Amino acid sequence: MVDITNDDIGESNRLALWEMMLKLRLVEKKAYDLFLQNLIKGTSHLALGQEAIAGAFGVSLQEGDYTFCTYRGHAHTLARGSSIEGVLGELMGRQCGLMKGKGGSMHLTDVDKGVMGSYAIIGAHLTIANGTALASKYNKTKEVSVCFFGDGTTNIGAFHEALNMAQIWKLPIVFVCENNLYMEYTPIGDVTAVENPAADRASAYNMEKIIVDGNDADEMYRTAQSAIKKARDGDGPSLIEAKTYRHSGHSRADPGKYRPDEEVKDWMENKDPITNYRKRLLEFNIDEKIISEIEDKVKQQVEDATEISKASPIPDVKEIFTDVWADGGYKWHN
Amino acid sequence: MAQLTYRESVSLSIAQAMRKDPKVFFIGEDVGAAGGVFKATVGLLDEFGKDRVMDTPISEQAILGAAMGAAMAGLRPIAEIMFSDFLAVCWDIIANQIAKTRYMSDGQINIPLVIRTANGGGSKFGAQHSQSLENWSMMIPGLKVVAPSSPGDVLGLMNSAVNDPDPVIFYEHKSLYASKEELESTELSIPLGQANILHEGSDITIIGLALMAQRAKKAALELKEKHNINAKVLDLRTLVPLDLQSIKSAINETGLAMTVEENPRLCGWGAEISSLITEHCFSNLKGPVTRLTTPHVPLPSADILEDNTIPSVDVIVKEVIKKVKGE
Repeated sequence: MVDITNDDIGESNRLALWEMMLKLRLVEKKAYDLFLQNLIKGTSHLALGQEAIAGAFGVSLQEGDYTFCTYRGHAHTLARGSSIEGVLGELMGRQCGLMKGKGGSMHLTDVDKGVMGSYAIIGAHLTIANGTALASKYNKTKEVSVCFFGDGTTNIGAFHEALNMAQIWKLPIVFVCENNLYMEYTPIGDVTAVENPAADRASAYNMEKIIVDGNDADEMYRTAQSAIKKARDGDGPSLIEAKTYRHSGHSRADPGKYRPDEEVKDWMENKDPITNYRKRLLEFNIDEKIISEIEDKVKQQVEDATEISKASPIPDVKEIFTDVWADGGYKWHN
Repeated sequence: MAQLTYRESVSLSIAQAMRKDPKVFFIGEDVGAAGGVFKATVGLLDEFGKDRVMDTPISEQAILGAAMGAAMAGLRPIAEIMFSDFLAVCWDIIANQIAKTRYMSDGQINIPLVIRTANGGGSKFGAQHSQSLENWSMMIPGLKVVAPSSPGDVLGLMNSAVNDPDPVIFYEHKSLYASKEELESTELSIPLGQANILHEGSDITIIGLALMAQRAKKAALELKEKHNINAKVLDLRTLVPLDLQSIKSAINETGLAMTVEENPRLCGWGAEISSLITEHCFSNLKGPVTRLTTPHVPLPSADILEDNTIPSVDVIVKEVIKKVKGE
């Protein structure tokens, strides 16, 4: 039960969370539709069901803050304010894409929005996120770096190297483990020595053990706010483990058949962050008309962006030869 | 005039960069308080303090990841990987992340950083602390590859590497750290992609890098004195960018070419050079390009084994005589 007499979040923040999560949900659904229409090629890793995590950080971060995410990063990119056509256009390999088709679904990058890249090799970006955090400390500026990753990442060496370094240097960084219970196709518990793959490792790096319901947008919001504040105040890194569940398989190629039907049903029907948050908004006496207007607005935004992406030209073949080097070219000899 | 060792040039070149630009910092294992395991970074901590000279844990991925992220945020890191062999434990950060992020981001992200590393044999350290790995990085689009052969070149090339807007791997040769050079000035700048003729000659061109360039020069002196053979020695200095024009003009003049490489045979850097020579200088060639490399074996440790694995001055002299005399 929620206590509506003691509202620490407030209507405007709740509506911002609502709009953000809806955007992430509807764009991912649109991406899935566009796959089925063969307008998106390659692979894609959807974050359907995990929207509260990226969403809560998205509404909590400031301009100038840095975020790093994984190949399951469409939502995290959108959460920083990147345009929908920039994301869908990149997935479709169009000129309007964030990187004009040179990166693709797994490498969404939008530096102007603080999206410092989506990383497709497990663990690498934890070490790189330390670098932007180190730069903030070096320059004595107040940006916060946030690094999102999955439960599978907690078993690779770079995770441990990065946490240790972040702590010894007291870096302004928040590590966010989205534990969706499956390391690609394998239950994370089958391949991990501890019950909570991130949180149970926190003590090894002198960090607090933080576990949060990653499907409860309010809880995620509170957790994000406090970890970001800690980093911005110069009090060092945090490691958050957010429990969640992906609605679809690991990637486009995976129907997710290895998961028990009952488990999937429970998460889809009882623990969906968006369905539950709509109920929460009503419990806080927010006018249903406002809720619906936001729904209609976001739906329209996604449809408009889809049309822009479809109409956008494919990249010029000359793009192949650009931007290997800072001079814009690719020449390796005189 | 100043006499400097290669190792002193390393620390001086870093200090020069850090004095000029407050965005430059230096990070690595045992680099600060200890002054580096090869004593190539002595004095930097005292001059610049802990905020700019950072000792790290043994975490090569975290070192290069932090350097990459800092570069993405506008700083200009110099990171040390103690032995080039250890590049293997952070190769993802180099080959997948540092090299490709500019391209994949459509040029949104610049990564101006220098990775310094002690490379090469001669110290009898065995197969995991002695490799010459320039060719590993040469084959990855997005990486610049530098391997200086002298104290002056260390100064001049480091200056260019630190100021370059792209990632540079800077291979320092362990067996050259003690070598000395008289320098008229220590304020040097050598553009990346400019080869250097270490010895003039018209009978054959010997192409080398780092220690092998210096051995080729010694061989050329001996060939001239004792065998009346005039060998031109071309020190490439950098593999990427590559000074193809200097290679072409040298080969077109001499008609014979030999590469001297410290790496095992397969896919060594000389294979690419040989291919380019064939492609661009075929009509001027008097014979096939010869590649001197180590045999295709890991580097052994014992004196006699290592000495007979890496191309020596004697071997270069012998092979050049065979080639020039058509034997």
